[in-house]
Amino acid sequence: MKKSYKIEVDCANCANKMEDAAKKTPGVKDAVVNFMALKMNVEFEEGADPKAVMKDVLKNCKKVEDDCEIYL
Amino acid sequence: MTKKQKKMLWRIIIAAVLMIALHFAVEAFGDRVHEPVWFFLYLIPYLTIGYDILLKAGKGIKNRQVFDENFLMAVATIGAIAIALINKSGDYTEAIAVMLFYQIGELFQSYAVGKSRKNISALMDIRPDYANVEVDGELEQVDPDEVEIGTVITVKPGEKIPIDGVVVEGVSTLDTSALTGESIPREVRPDDEVISGCINLDGLLRLRTTKEFGESTVSKILDMVENATSKKSRSEAFISRFARIYTPAVCISALALAVLPPLFFLIRGQAPDWGDWVYRALTFLVISCPCALVISIPLSFFAGIGGASREGVLVKGSNYLEALSKAQTVAFDKTGTMTKGVFEVNGIHHSSMDNEKLLELTAHAEIFSTHPIARSIQKAYLEGMLFREDGEPVEKKDDLSGRKLDRERVSDVKEIGGNGITAIVDGMHLAAGNTRLMDSLGVQYINCHEVGTIVHVAIDGKYAGHLLISDVIKPTAKEAIRALHDAGVTKTVMLTGDAKNVGEAVAQAIGIDEVRAELLPGDKVTAVEELLAAKPERSVLAFVGDGINDAPVLTRADLGIAMGALGSDAAIEAADVVLMDDDPKKIALAIRIAKKCMHIVNENIIFAIGVKLICLVLGAAGVANMWLAIFADVGVMVLAVLNAIRALFTKNLRA
Repeated sequence: MKKSYKIEVDCANCANKMEDAAKKTPGVKDAVVNFMALKMNVEFEEGADPKAVMKDVLKNCKKVEDDCEIYL
Repeated sequence: MTKKQKKMLWRIIIAAVLMIALHFAVEAFGDRVHEPVWFFLYLIPYLTIGYDILLKAGKGIKNRQVFDENFLMAVATIGAIAIALINKSGDYTEAIAVMLFYQIGELFQSYAVGKSRKNISALMDIRPDYANVEVDGELEQVDPDEVEIGTVITVKPGEKIPIDGVVVEGVSTLDTSALTGESIPREVRPDDEVISGCINLDGLLRLRTTKEFGESTVSKILDMVENATSKKSRSEAFISRFARIYTPAVCISALALAVLPPLFFLIRGQAPDWGDWVYRALTFLVISCPCALVISIPLSFFAGIGGASREGVLVKGSNYLEALSKAQTVAFDKTGTMTKGVFEVNGIHHSSMDNEKLLELTAHAEIFSTHPIARSIQKAYLEGMLFREDGEPVEKKDDLSGRKLDRERVSDVKEIGGNGITAIVDGMHLAAGNTRLMDSLGVQYINCHEVGTIVHVAIDGKYAGHLLISDVIKPTAKEAIRALHDAGVTKTVMLTGDAKNVGEAVAQAIGIDEVRAELLPGDKVTAVEELLAAKPERSVLAFVGDGINDAPVLTRADLGIAMGALGSDAAIEAADVVLMDDDPKKIALAIRIAKKCMHIVNENIIFAIGVKLICLVLGAAGVANMWLAIFADVGVMVLAVLNAIRALFTKNLRA
């Protein structure tokens, strides 16, 4: 399953870091951060609960870039 | 500016003013006031401008994200202050200035990116805000998302068509330029299909919607363009890999620079001069931020894709823009791509009477037929087509009053399956059809020297001439091929299911290098595979089709370009690049836009990496100080961002 989320982040490098962090989160099959459109497209693993997974994604993103936001 | 940016601007101004004021204060009162008073006074502007960086650096360490730019800036500036304290030089300005310029750079970056994001979105501002639905006899504006299929909506002059539909009532002209880049308005009347995103120019239109808003053309296009930059190009992948290695590498070098040379001198019994080497190492750290690269590359692609979409060229990803710039072999479908795909009477030869008279009689004989060939003959007559002495069509008659197909004049119509038709028109026995029909009637016919479908006509058993009906080559096709060669395409190939002589005639007329004719749809895939094997190394083969029947070929080629795809969902799905109108010249334009964009990307990569390397060398040699380092860092970023925005401008690329 794929979902798209609106994000808030200031620099492109931070967006790259968010992408990495999101990809490493369990339950996420693939994630792409589009800095120019301020969007994060997440593909979830089979059977993962997007809501719970996205909470972890947000937590991991906050770890690498404190100043970011994902609108769930 | 956003609130965040405004706050940052104030912090920059306050810190800058304080720093300058302190500088003069030291000059005036330096001998009367002593340390550590100055140190604490200087801390005020330093913390004003840098407190968030220090906080973020602290959090980064806690989260084990050491090598980020906040950490680097924190270490570099704290280090500079420490050196000033140890050396008792009292020169704290440098640390504040570095922080200040770093923040100015960040502010500019966020402002420029926000601005271009807005600009590019404004270009693509084709999203309709509302739809007019009639409720109890009165028009009401509703969210287009809530309009169900089959609802009748009203579009007033000057409004955008919100949802795809069919005209129920009203005649008007539509401005399709936001979608196609084409400035000539399109006329619509009842039963015409209209697509969302067009602007209704003059008349009131009532439409029955055929799709939901989310499935309408305008939504699909917006979605596509917005997501385009998610598909990353090789350049972008390279840059993120580079950034990942670059920052740690520079940090380790900085550490080595701070420790190794002094140790070396120490061993040789010379003065180690720790302060100087640590300072050089800190300069390294300032240069180590890869911001310029990381921001300017995706921004260039975003601007390039935005600029292209304004020209009616939709590129579905940065990677496809990159591929487009490398296109050297371009294969085309014939019908619908290079030709209009509509049959027209293109000549009348060996006529025993006036060309127009022959057309009139034949059109009447074909009066009941719905075959495309027959239709084109009827149309030519109804539109009052005129012909030269040698049979070439010249122009259309202006005065069409009273021109119609009159059933009274026709009787005894007989269709002769697959061969033609016989009828009595104005009391004459008329036969119109192919050579087999002429043979069966025993009429001597003259073969045509031109390529196309030939309708021979015999009147009262005598040969009366023939009509040449052929697919019309698009007026810009020849120019398009030349423009492609100018844009660096080395080979053009036409793939067609048509007969060999038809294909070759078209290819010759417009200057295509190679023709592969009589291909079944499956053969086209094989042909493309052969071309793929034969193309030059590292170049790209693009296939251009109209999206009808050639979806497999579009996917098989390195790059699939669908043309005239407005409203054709299958083509939009299958292709990588979509040309919104059906002008073949847009292919060359797309390639030129892609080339310009890639040029800018490469410029930025070389420029940014080059300047950084030079600064690193100068810094290691002790020539460059921290001021130069931060100027280089921010300056490169500003220039790279400005350069990236250039990709948005496409006007001078039009041929």
